[in-house]
Amino acid sequence: MSNQSRIRLDRVSKCWGATTAVDDISFDVTPGQFVILLGPSGCGKSTTLRMVAGLEEASSGQIYIGERDVTRLPPGDRGLSMVFQSYALFPHLSVADNIVFGLRSRNVPKAEQRQRLAHVAELVDLTDYLHRKPAQLSGGQRQRVALARAVISEHPICLMDEPLSNLDARLRSDMRREIKALQSRLNMTVIYVTHDQVEAMSMGDRVILMQQGKIVQDGTPDELYNRPASAFAASFIGSPAMNLLPLEAGEKGAVIVGEPHTSVAPLEAVGGQLGIRPEDIALSTTSTTGVPALVVSDEYLGADTIAHLAIGDHTLRVRLSGRHRLAGQQCRIGWTAEAAHLFGGDGLRRDDLTAYSLLPAAALSAESASPHPQLQPQR
Amino acid sequence: MDPFAGVRPGAFNERYVIMSFTDHRKMQLYGALLLLPAALLLATFAYLPTIATVVNSLFLPGFRGAPTQFVGLENYQVLFSDPTFWKVARNNLLYALGTIPTSLALALAMALFVNGKLRGRGFVRMAYFTPTILPMIAAANIWMFFYAPQIGLFNKLLGILGFSGVNWLGDPSVALGSVIVMSIWKEAGFFMIFYLAALQGIPPELKEASDLEGTSRWSFFWRVTFPLLMPTTLFVLINALINAVRVVDHLFILTKGGPNNATNLLLYYVYENAFSFFDRTMAATITVVILLVLAVVATLKFTVLDRRTHYQ
Repeated sequence: MSNQSRIRLDRVSKCWGATTAVDDISFDVTPGQFVILLGPSGCGKSTTLRMVAGLEEASSGQIYIGERDVTRLPPGDRGLSMVFQSYALFPHLSVADNIVFGLRSRNVPKAEQRQRLAHVAELVDLTDYLHRKPAQLSGGQRQRVALARAVISEHPICLMDEPLSNLDARLRSDMRREIKALQSRLNMTVIYVTHDQVEAMSMGDRVILMQQGKIVQDGTPDELYNRPASAFAASFIGSPAMNLLPLEAGEKGAVIVGEPHTSVAPLEAVGGQLGIRPEDIALSTTSTTGVPALVVSDEYLGADTIAHLAIGDHTLRVRLSGRHRLAGQQCRIGWTAEAAHLFGGDGLRRDDLTAYSLLPAAALSAESASPHPQLQPQR
Repeated sequence: MDPFAGVRPGAFNERYVIMSFTDHRKMQLYGALLLLPAALLLATFAYLPTIATVVNSLFLPGFRGAPTQFVGLENYQVLFSDPTFWKVARNNLLYALGTIPTSLALALAMALFVNGKLRGRGFVRMAYFTPTILPMIAAANIWMFFYAPQIGLFNKLLGILGFSGVNWLGDPSVALGSVIVMSIWKEAGFFMIFYLAALQGIPPELKEASDLEGTSRWSFFWRVTFPLLMPTTLFVLINALINAVRVVDHLFILTKGGPNNATNLLLYYVYENAFSFFDRTMAATITVVILLVLAVVATLKFTVLDRRTHYQ
């Protein structure tokens, strides 16, 4: 496919007075890619998107679309469309007029407008609603109108700014699939801003995680989940988030603060953090090996149970499949060396060290479906 | 007596179903009592005078203690054959046509201007609004100085440029125009506030969405901004129309309706009839005519224009 829809940011920054919203970021989106800009609110992801769109001017750096330097071009000349969080539908215009608004601005002939409208309306399933006003539509339908308006322009690039955040949870998961399907069907290049890690993991070909105006990690959802580049990335991806336990020096190695008897990593890891995903922790009430912990409470979520454990001075969450009543019991927990992530004092991932494998015998974990007799779900 | 006797909190649902006929009547009475003060005031100061005016316009006063005499529509016949009335009515029409479109357009232009990014925006907004805070009498006095034949600002400026002065308020062919200009100056700032409020209610994303499609400013204004301002335009239009008939304070200062009724407007003519010529009957008759005209205009507004206007 042509290079027309390649987007490249080269050392782009945005400052308002003394505050820097976006701090010297660079990335390169290949055509047809679905890229997620992920991060907490105020991390600069929306500003980045708006700079690509041309709604904000970059304070420094260059933005390229295709081979063109578009840094100073007005939004209308950049050849892209955008879906807004608030949908930005014109309330006085019918659905049909909203969708063809841009075509009218570009003086597309009437007959072609009608033809493209019919095609796009069918694509997003709005054919029966073309004469309604936006106020007469449900949230999901308004979202479709906004999508249709982006699609009908036939721009190869579509920018989306938290398009699903105004929808309820159920509709959101439907729309996630629809947007993804539409994108791959039309082979659009999409930059999608969200703070929802579920959207990022499920939709993105690639996720760019941002924090305080900087890119923390840029990779596939798989990489972000399995090899988080920093403690921040680790805590942002996954639900419940990864457990992060500070390490201090013990007799034979690094130990979890408040739990001096079991060393979990080499001494060099002291001062950093040990990260383990709740689903990677094995738990046993009978084992004598592993890290001792006390189950404080358990939350039953249907398919699985989240147990809250006190270990040393810290609490940590363990995800167990099925239903378990463990509150108040002493137990042993552990994990494999591959499941444990080590982060340095600066929060960055340390690949030079490997944590110890601490699997307790006869453990109960999210993966193992054969719990110990004592841990049979109680009825 | 406790009007809520049948509707204690908590017991409401059960009791409502079986609420007896008298309980229901009590509730209605309670509601009516709440409405009473406002209704009483409205009746005393709005509806009764209106009815009295309509009645007055159908009678001739009796002289020397004789009873008033019902004459039907004779007063209206007299009024409609009065050339001064037609002149005043025509003046008022010209006044409305002269002030309303211009002040609306000006108000919208000013609102668009001060809604944009602008240095000293607060100051400019305040400056535009200043004429509105001035009482009409004070404003008219200021304009007296502008319009004064020898020492007036306008004639001084014209003099500097080498033109001979104009008798702004004394020349019958110019006087109404002078009054119109002053009214526009006074009203535009007031209407601007409504437009400004409405403009700030338009989400900025609409502009951004249309910018992304390369829509020109001009096209965005006519396709989005203006239609979305329609409710405000209607509101302001009705207000301007009522003001065109209702506000005559400046005539007291500037022209007193003269010269030769060249600037006389309907309400001022009503005042003259009632308190200068002591012809209360004629004053009542003109008042009824004004009311009817305004009623027709308001009906047109609510039936024709409202249907074509988008309300959010």
